[in-house]
Amino acid sequence: MIEVKNLSVRYGEEKFVALTGVNLTVPTGTVCVLIGPSGCGKSSLLRAVAGLQSAAGGEVLVDGLPLKPTEKKIGFMPQNYGLLPWRTVRDNALLGCRIKGTIDSGTEARLARLLAVLGLKGMEDRYPGELSGGQQQRVSLARIFLMEPDILLMDEPFSALDTITREDMQEVFLSLWRKQAVTTLLVTHYVEEALYLGNKIVLMASHPGRVTDVMENPLFGATDLRSDPAYFALAGELRRKIKETRGA
Amino acid sequence: MKKIWSYLAGGIFFTLLWWGVSLVLSLPIVPSPWEVVARLLQTFTETVAIHGFYSLWRIMVGLLLAILLGFPLGLSMGYYPSLDRYLAPLVYLTYPVPKIALLPIFMLLGGVGEAPKIIMIFLIVVFQVIIAVRDSIRAIPAETYYPLFSLGASFRHLFSEVLWPASLPKFITALRVALATAISVLFFTETFGTQYGMGYFIMDAWLRVNYLDMYVGIMVLSLMGLALFSLLDAIEYRATRWQRKG
Repeated sequence: MIEVKNLSVRYGEEKFVALTGVNLTVPTGTVCVLIGPSGCGKSSLLRAVAGLQSAAGGEVLVDGLPLKPTEKKIGFMPQNYGLLPWRTVRDNALLGCRIKGTIDSGTEARLARLLAVLGLKGMEDRYPGELSGGQQQRVSLARIFLMEPDILLMDEPFSALDTITREDMQEVFLSLWRKQAVTTLLVTHYVEEALYLGNKIVLMASHPGRVTDVMENPLFGATDLRSDPAYFALAGELRRKIKETRGA
Repeated sequence: MKKIWSYLAGGIFFTLLWWGVSLVLSLPIVPSPWEVVARLLQTFTETVAIHGFYSLWRIMVGLLLAILLGFPLGLSMGYYPSLDRYLAPLVYLTYPVPKIALLPIFMLLGGVGEAPKIIMIFLIVVFQVIIAVRDSIRAIPAETYYPLFSLGASFRHLFSEVLWPASLPKFITALRVALATAISVLFFTETFGTQYGMGYFIMDAWLRVNYLDMYVGIMVLSLMGLALFSLLDAIEYRATRWQRKG
């Protein structure tokens, strides 16, 4: 379980308030999606949880304890996928295990299986610069799921992809996610993505960044989202709420 | 392979050019390449080799010291901006000073032995290394570190996964640029206070009006530079494969 308690984040010399008084709970084994207009501090929230941004106030707890990157396995996927340009696909995928020191005799076989599932077989020795955006993202997913993280944080993971690739990647992600059911916090600005990937949807507003609404989402992982009448009702509601927060 | 052949062709071109000039001028000051090679083969083991060894040793030690000091210093300056604020002015103020002009001082302080010669090479290479490494560390986008920070990576991992590979290309380029200057400076320092080294060998042959020996010296010194250059090229080729992709 991830608990964010009364979290504030400030930036720079002028102490620009990026987030204020954010409370949030992600139950173990669920996906929580953060959605809101740009500048609402979604990415700041994610970075604070990832330990990349220090909090001006409040705290982040994982399973009741303050989160420390050295003690927990945090899977973090930034918008640019976080691959190291000088490492091959193989070495990039192994990065998490390498740093956590969890490479054992079975790692090689698991890596091979994972790369095969992700359609990266035969690309093990390529460099990120030789891959398409979708392929780079698959490598990033391989890195995360190979490590079997305690929590997973994703910053607009699919937004740089074209529509078709994005839908493919969302499916690939869900199928991998179901096997490990990692407690996940995901940032997006797509309503559809929020409804497809989130058990819980958290709406945020800007100036200052804060949480305005939390919705349970019954449509999580629905096989044929677009043909479900409930989808349109919920999508409409979500859009309306996002617009309201922007107007407010 | 193609590259090797084109470089070989270049070598043949220069040799033929030299030969042509020697035929046209027909003066003792420009012997033909064949005579020089014959002389080299004849005298290499008994006289030239020991001089070549001294020069190579001085370059290697100077280079190694410059790397041992320059790399960590450049790395710290690039990684910690606060340290850079203090050290950058010192580096910038000393960098443009022509190091060779300091040779008399080093010779007075350190004697005419090995130390001043090695210090000269060290001084020429170390600044290039510091600046190249610092700049490449500074150019690493903050996001590159994120996956490592969120994994709780230690400095050792940060070094091996990010800092070292990110600085390697510019680091090697800096060594290559500095090397050419270092060899010229080595030649100059070896004309003072030593009986060994290619610089001494060439100047000694010149004073003895032994032009054949002089050319042997020039040839060996040039080949030495070429060998060091190729060595750096080979290291760069292996180490920065990722840069040529995509």
